[in-house]
Order: sequence, then structure tokens, then C-alpha cells
Amino acid sequence: MSWQDVCSIDDLQPNSGVCALVNGRQVALFYLIPVGTCHAIDNYDPFGHANVLSRGVIGDINGQPVVASPLYKQHFNLQTGVCLEDETVKIPVYASRINQNRVEINLQESGNEL
Amino acid sequence: MTTKKTLVVIGNGMVGQSFLASLVASPIKNDYQIVTFCEEPRAAYDRVHLSEFFSGKTAEDLSMVEPGFFEEHGITIHIGDKASKIYRLAKTVLSEKGVSISYDKLVFATGSYPFVPPVPGHDRPQCLVYRTIEDLEAMAAAAKNGKVGTVVGGGLLGLEAAKALKDLGLKTHVVQFAPRLMEMQMDDAGGAMLRRKIEELGITVHTGKNTIDITDGKHCTNKMVFADGDELETDLVLFSAGIRPRDELARDCALHVGARGGIVIDNQCKTSDPDIYAIGECALWNDKIFGLVAPGYAMARTVVADLAGENASFTGADMSTKLKLMGVDVASIGDVHAKSQGALVYSYQNGDNGIYKRLVVSQDKKQLLGAVLVGDNSGYGTLLQYCLNGIELPENPDALILPHRSDESVGLGVDALPASAQICSCYDVTKGAICSAIEAGCTTMGALKTETKAATGCGGCSALLKSVMDCELARQGFEVNTDLCEHFAYTRQDLYNLMLVGEIKTFGEFLAKHGKGHGCEICKPTIGNILASYWNEHILEPEHLGLQDTNDTFLANMQKDGTYSVVPRITGGEISPDMLIALGQVGKKYKLYTKITGGQRVDLFGARVDQLPHIWKELIDAGFESGHAYGKSLRTVKSCVGSTWCRFGVDDSVGLAIELENRYKGLRSPHKIKFAVSGCTRECAEAQSKDVGIIATENGWNLYVCGNGGMKPRHADLFATGLDKDTLIKYIDRFLSFYVRTAGRLQRTSVWMENMEGGLDYLKSVIIDDKLGLGEQLEQQMQHVIDTYQCEWKTTIEDESKLKRFRHFINSDQQDDNVVFVEERGQIRPADANERKHFKLLGVA
Repeated sequence: MSWQDVCSIDDLQPNSGVCALVNGRQVALFYLIPVGTCHAIDNYDPFGHANVLSRGVIGDINGQPVVASPLYKQHFNLQTGVCLEDETVKIPVYASRINQNRVEINLQESGNEL
Repeated sequence: MTTKKTLVVIGNGMVGQSFLASLVASPIKNDYQIVTFCEEPRAAYDRVHLSEFFSGKTAEDLSMVEPGFFEEHGITIHIGDKASKIYRLAKTVLSEKGVSISYDKLVFATGSYPFVPPVPGHDRPQCLVYRTIEDLEAMAAAAKNGKVGTVVGGGLLGLEAAKALKDLGLKTHVVQFAPRLMEMQMDDAGGAMLRRKIEELGITVHTGKNTIDITDGKHCTNKMVFADGDELETDLVLFSAGIRPRDELARDCALHVGARGGIVIDNQCKTSDPDIYAIGECALWNDKIFGLVAPGYAMARTVVADLAGENASFTGADMSTKLKLMGVDVASIGDVHAKSQGALVYSYQNGDNGIYKRLVVSQDKKQLLGAVLVGDNSGYGTLLQYCLNGIELPENPDALILPHRSDESVGLGVDALPASAQICSCYDVTKGAICSAIEAGCTTMGALKTETKAATGCGGCSALLKSVMDCELARQGFEVNTDLCEHFAYTRQDLYNLMLVGEIKTFGEFLAKHGKGHGCEICKPTIGNILASYWNEHILEPEHLGLQDTNDTFLANMQKDGTYSVVPRITGGEISPDMLIALGQVGKKYKLYTKITGGQRVDLFGARVDQLPHIWKELIDAGFESGHAYGKSLRTVKSCVGSTWCRFGVDDSVGLAIELENRYKGLRSPHKIKFAVSGCTRECAEAQSKDVGIIATENGWNLYVCGNGGMKPRHADLFATGLDKDTLIKYIDRFLSFYVRTAGRLQRTSVWMENMEGGLDYLKSVIIDDKLGLGEQLEQQMQHVIDTYQCEWKTTIEDESKLKRFRHFINSDQQDDNVVFVEERGQIRPADANERKHFKLLGVA
């Protein structure tokens, strides 16, 4: 699979999250400014069993960029998908990039570019 | 099979009840069948705080007995029945109502009765005493027909009684035989300062007056005539001229009693009959009667220990006292009159602020022997510890009472206290016991109080307990880290102050000036909340949006399946049929699950993010506004129906509730805030379990603060009584603003109060007396929030840019297929994992 166009960067919320539907999959997108990076992880919270991670508060813990689940507040590393409270739990992370003000996702690749 | 022995306790006052409580906490409780007689029509209550009966407390509030105590411990209590005869040879007690009990052990806890001087006319109408709740009821009845009340006796109890008369609205006099007030606890200068402060409160004090007759008055029911020829017209005469032990039953069965009364006891509190004990005010130890509760409690513990075969002795008690009489601080420690050989006296007097302090020290200036404090009790704890533990005084002892106007601290560090130092005198908890509890893991005030019971009696030692805890935590190597999170090395209070000083308006500015990293789910919402509570800008403005928890972001409450619930404001719980129908129509149209909340409104569940703006458009069109159920902010002002409809209502509780809810709606605060207003003391709105509770009385509104229901219930404290509406609102404005300013992150008012040094008294001094001079500022701060109120939903649906987020997918109109409902009792609920596999689901609406 290749890079897919998802939305404009104007659809993102600065320093917060939104959810996009990509090939039937729910992808949480977090737009960090002023650096201008976009992180893409799966929207499903494996603890709360609901599609809510895009609505969590983002930040950093010990230098790792994280989102805190809005349900029970577990932290997930935005780059690796690993849960900080329980390292045996890892959620899917998707490659994302910003190309001429458009947000693109590659569901196959994991890891981040840009 | 072993038969239980029978233990009979005569008297269920404070000391009798304390004995029972100590006994059932001891392993020997299983050896005894326990029976107690209680002459009064109700079980033990707090006589020390009796005057609070007139400032709003009920007999139930004053009760010292946990509900179900007697049943739970299998204790038989004969309420309203008096033990009338003891047959020591037959070891039997007979009661007035004819109950006969054979005892193995007997405990006298009969207490005392008020001494009424044998003045002619002492039994005239409206000549009363002050000891029981029935006495208080008689006073209240008498006060209705009178204007003037006079207390005979200017001791501790007499001044308490004077407060009661004043609370009843009488012009109040105190007549004292001795040349000064509280002659036992005060020296002349202290007594004079106390007199001045009492008179400033509108009470007239007459000292050196010997009452020789009470006869018919001209303008009042009674006239008191004094030996010096003066006269005083008064309706009510209240005798509070000391106590006498209740020893008549002991005399009757020929136990040894003292020449001036009192059942003679030894160090084990045994009377002249080894199977009979006496404790409390009826007991005479070493020719002394102890008229305070703490020694009575100590005697009670001694008897329990003796029954258990432990080696225990009562060895006298420290009679030091600290109290607040009608708002005036008074304290006395040890040898106040400097009777000890060679004693030296230091004193400090500040006529402007009405402060007097006196120290009595040993000839070598090394030991503190006694002290008197009037107008400022703050040094009491330190001085008492010097005195009780024989700690060597500093080189210049007067440093302990002179005002220090620089940063130097002359207080006694708790480090200096020996392990045996008693911290809590009500429950006899030593510093050593507290340190062991800390070592065992009690590292918060709450845990320490639960474990050791320290500071749970009169509460006077809570500041000291906190110091011991902090000091011990530091010593045991616990790092007391109060940083908010890794991004901000500050507490919430620090951040609030930084915002004020730097006029900071955004999180970015906070991070740049005072933080590091990018923030997290702790500091972002905290700072978002601080900013909103002060500047009161819309929380979905672009610079604030990323700071909010999901509930604030979507102005609704997220439920377990990712859907939200919607709670429109229903002020005071008052709603018209049309509004109710409108609410029902919205619920029906969007197929929402509806439930009545505890705060007298309606919660609509199961709304998807994309539905929220549509739902709110309809609600707003119908006249509703946001209920802020999603925010750390004012939730509801619950009310009973009040005087408008209720036969018992005293004032319009619904009207006040609506006014208050409209005033404070939208206020962002450290945690949620709940109010309630009751229209009479029946308290149907449960105001005493709220952060702010108001109860209507004949004399105005009574204000309660810092109550809580929920996980850790806390009964609210009575804060002020008989208020008119303007004063009430002024106090609430100040109270809320002060809470917003000084509370910790997610700290409810109850915990805030419990952790506040100085507690309720301090809070009163800030809010009522404006000790910090902040009053006006706090009111202005509240006024700004009120003036800038907006319905957050109304603003949101009128702003396209704010609505962008209210859809599940940014690039599709599809719904979240994980959200599915099943039907239960005619409404929807989220499907569980099993149902998703096996049942036909209602699907996405």
C-alpha cells in the first residue's frame, strides 16, 4: 500500500487530535506546533475498548511524545505506540507526512517521517 | 461455657460514653455484659459545645454516639431512666423505673450539677441553669418573653452561657462575684483585657458583685439586688457559678465522699469499694474535682486498663485550656498566678489590638511554669509543650511572647519535642505514636487522623499534628514533592500566583516563562482551569482548546463507549412543564437514555460528537443553557421547595438557589462545586453535605461550608449564622474566590479546609474579619467572572470554526461503528462485548 491523501492541515487541531477514516481504519492524528509534525496512531483504546484516543490530551513524558487516553488516562508513545503504564501493550502506529499542506498516511509503514 | 460478667455504667454523659468507647475497643469487652443508665432523654452529647445549639446546631449534631453504637456492641442502654439505689452487699443496682441489675463491676459517671447559690429568690420564674439540652430549651422559651438576660458567674462556663443568651437576642449581662472574669485561669491584667473584649461585643460585665436577693422587677420579670446596694433588672437569670459533683447515690450507699463532695477515688479510679469505680466530674482524686473532659477521658481509659489487668494509673491532669469565647482567644497554662517559689513574670500588652500575654518562669529562667494568653492564642501549642515537657527555655524567655516583626521564628521546633510529648490531649496521642504511624505508611493528615485518632476530638492540635507529620516525613527521608508534574516545579497555588503577578493569559506563555518540555494531561488542564477561573475566556478559543480534557473539549461528559451525556442547567431544580416537554422531545428525537441526576436535573446519555451541536441548538432554542456538568466548575444549587409551598418553610429556598446558581454558573474552580439551600432546619436539600450549604432560620440564613458527599463524606462546618442575603452573597463570593486562589489541583473544598493551617477559624478570619485585607479583591475577582459569563454552548454553535471538531471523522460523514446500543427497560444502553457478537444490535441511530 502506498501514501494516501487524508485531509488538509487546516482540518487538524493544533496541539490536539482529530480522527480520520483511512481504508476503513480509524486513525488518530495529532498535529504538533510550532514544530509542524503530525503523528498518526490507531484511534482504538485497548483498555477502554472504545475509539477515543484522538480525543486525549497530548504532551511529553520523560522526553517521549505521548497521548493520554481520555477514558482511563494511560499514556501511549506517539512514535512507538507502546503504553507507558504497561509495556506489553502496543497500539498500531502509522507513517504520516505533510505534503504541500496535505496530510498523507501510509497504513503499511510504521514509524514516522517528518 | 463461661458466663459473662456484668458491668454497669451509671451515667451516659461525655465521660460515660468515652468509657464505653474505650471499653469496646479493648479485648476485654467480650468478658462483660454491659448495661448503662442515662437519666437524660437522649444519649451522650457534646456539652462543651452546648452554646452552638443556638447558632444552628441540633441535638443530633451535638450527639457523641455513632449511629448504631449500642446495638453493634450489644450494650443495653436505659435512656430516660435513672439509677436510684445501689445495694452493695447484694451487688445490685435499682432504677427509678424499676429495672434491677446485678453487677460484677460498677462505674459511676454521674457527672455534676450546676451550683445555684442559696440567694433568696433563686427559684423564681425564669431563673435557670445551663447544663443540658433541656436547660437550653427552657432558656429559648424564656427568651421569647424577655429582653434582658443575666448570667451569674464569669467563669469559663458562664461566658459560654452569656454567648448563648446573646445568640438568643437578649441584652446580656454577666455578674461575677470575683474581682475579674475567669478568676482561676486569668491574672488581673488578663482578666481586664478579656473583660474589655467581651464588653466590645455588647455584653455588660459586673465584677465584684455579691447577689443578695432576687425579687420582682419593675420593667423586667426579675430584679437582682447586690450587697453594695446596686440593682439590675433582668428577665432571665442563668446560674453558672460552678459545678458540684453528683455523688448522692454514692453517699446513699456509704461510699467515701469528700468533705465538700465528690466520690473519693485512688489512682486506679477505684472508690472505697474495690468493685466500684468513679470517673469524670463526680470523682474526687487527691482532693480535686476535674471540671474538664480530657481528665475525665483519662480516668475512663485508666478504668478500662485496670479492668484488663494492666498496670495503669490516673496521675492527675494538666488543666491548661485554650478556647475561643465569643470569638475572643483565651488560653491559660499551669501556674498562671505565679504561686511557685521564686517565680518570675514576663508580660506583653498591646492595647491597640487587644492582646495580652503573660509568662511565668522558674527562678533560674530555664522552665516555663505557666502562661496566660488573651486575644491571640497562636503561641499556645508551643508554650504548652515547653511547660509539660520541661523543655529548657531560650535565653530570653520573653521572645516567646513578644511580637516578631521579621522573619525570625521563635516557635518551638517540633524536632525538640520528646517522643513522650502529648500532641492530642483528647485521645492521649503522643509524638512517638504519631511517628510510628508515619513509619507504618500514614503519610497524609487524613491517614494519620484515621489511624491514631489525633486531632479528631476538639481538633485543636491539628496544626501541631501537621508540623509533626511534615517534620517526621522529612526526617524519615520521604521526599515531599509538591511539583505539579515534570513540566512545572510549582504547585497549583504557585501557578495561580504566577499568573496574577505576570498577568499570564496562555499556556504557551506559562511554559516559556516557568516550565519546560511540552506539557501533559496534568499541567495542561490545570493551567487551562486556572486561566479560565481568572480571565474567563471561552475554553474552546484556539490557544486554550488543546489544554482541555475531553469533557471540556466537547462540552459534554464522555461515557465508557466514547459517546457523551448532555446536562442542561435547571437552576435550583425548578422547571416548567413546557421546558420538561422540550427536554423530553430532544431525548426522544435523538434516542437518548434519560436519567434524573442527584443535583435535581436531567442527564441525556448516548449522544455522538456529531449530534452534540444539533442537540444543543434545539435545547438553546427551547431556552436551556449549558449546565457545566463537564467542567471543574459550579454544578448545581439543589433546593427544597421552601416557604412558597411547604408548611414548615421559613424562607424562599428555591428563589435563593436560583439566584445563587445564576450568579456562580460558569465559574471554573479547582474541582467541581456543589451548593444546596434548605428552607428550614429540616434540611431536605441536604445542604450540610455540600461545598456551600445554606439553611433558612427565623433569624436569617445560616451558611455552612466545606461539606462533601461522595467517596469521603464530610459534614459541612457552620460558618456564619443569621445572615441577610447581601452579607451571605458577600461571604460566598469571598469564599469561592479564596478557594479558587489557594486550593491544590483537584482539591475539593472539604480537603482544602482539612489541610488549611488554622482550619475553620482561619477561614473565618479571612472571609468574615478580612484579616488578609483581600476581601474587596476577592469580590472583584468574582464580579469579573459574573460579568463575563457566557453560555459556552451558545457561543460554540454560533461559531463555525469551533464546530469543526464536532464530527467523528475529519474526512468522512460515517459514524463510529463501535458505538452500538441494546435496549433495556425501554431505553438504550451501550452493548457489552458479548452482545456485540450474539445479538441484533440497535446500531447507530
